[in-house]
Amino acid sequence: MVELSERIKRLLPDAVLSAGSSLGQQYVVVRREAVVEAMRKLRDDETMLFNFMMDLTAVDYLGKRAHDARYEIVYHLYSLKHHHRIRVKVSVGADDPSLDSIVPVWKGADWFEREAWDLYGITFKGHPNLKRILLYEEFVGHPLRKDYPIKKRQPLIGPEN
Amino acid sequence: MEERNAEVAALGDSVILSTVDAVIGWGRKYSFFTYPFITACCGMEFMSVAGPRYDIDRFGAALPRFSPRQADILLVVGTISHKQAPILVKVYNQMTEPKWVFSYGACVCSGGMYNDYSTVQGIDTILPVDIYVPGCPPRPEMVFDGLIKLQELVAKERSSKWPRGEAEFAPKVKR
Repeated sequence: MVELSERIKRLLPDAVLSAGSSLGQQYVVVRREAVVEAMRKLRDDETMLFNFMMDLTAVDYLGKRAHDARYEIVYHLYSLKHHHRIRVKVSVGADDPSLDSIVPVWKGADWFEREAWDLYGITFKGHPNLKRILLYEEFVGHPLRKDYPIKKRQPLIGPEN
Repeated sequence: MEERNAEVAALGDSVILSTVDAVIGWGRKYSFFTYPFITACCGMEFMSVAGPRYDIDRFGAALPRFSPRQADILLVVGTISHKQAPILVKVYNQMTEPKWVFSYGACVCSGGMYNDYSTVQGIDTILPVDIYVPGCPPRPEMVFDGLIKLQELVAKERSSKWPRGEAEFAPKVKR
């Protein structure tokens, strides 16, 4: 039997850059420009039917990867029909950490993308309401980036510490 | 004068001389109304404190009020973030005097393990704290020890301590 990630690679030959598995969990790496089309195909294709976007988060690989692949957006998808799951990864660069929003595909991605923008500063183009979700509006910067100073305090609405 | 001494002697043991402060303090220390301000995991341990096994009611501090205006003790249970701090101060300022602040858990006392961009490094930076109970979370026995120490403190208090006034708190951005 062909593994799921390999089947996805055959289904989306233009979008998928690489496919594999880690600790028994399948993943595919998708081209940044093709993310929305790939997601739509994964949702609608009869053999895939990933109708549940379980998680969306970001990783900062500062100092571990090249400057133009510093951040990685990670999507976890699950199919309630076929009971299979896949991890989709997309790399974005440090200079322009942005990619297309997948809210048109799964509405549930709305708050996940806001969280990734709030804490990592990843811009999701086409998001209907991209503003801070956990921190307050006056906060400057994105604190889960690896170059955010650990001792830095921004007590703008709280006390002086 | 002799007449008066005779009167006092006639009263025998039926009269106790005390100060008004001591009587009020004695009354207060066994009738705390609490306002649990619960934000995080210490709340689970607070449930154990309040529940029947450990039973905070044995110390007369069981009745939680659902409005800070009716409460005597502000139980701050759980991590306070910068975003939460103005709310906590507002709640404190709404309480009627006399009022005491009970710092429940390591995060509330000092920020605990969260020395980061979002956590208040101890609520004593914004409120006058009367009792600190560290621990992550503190065991119910520690909470009762803290409560008994607070009772001793309250019993010894003088009325001149009150009113303590509003907590001063000036965030850089007002909303």
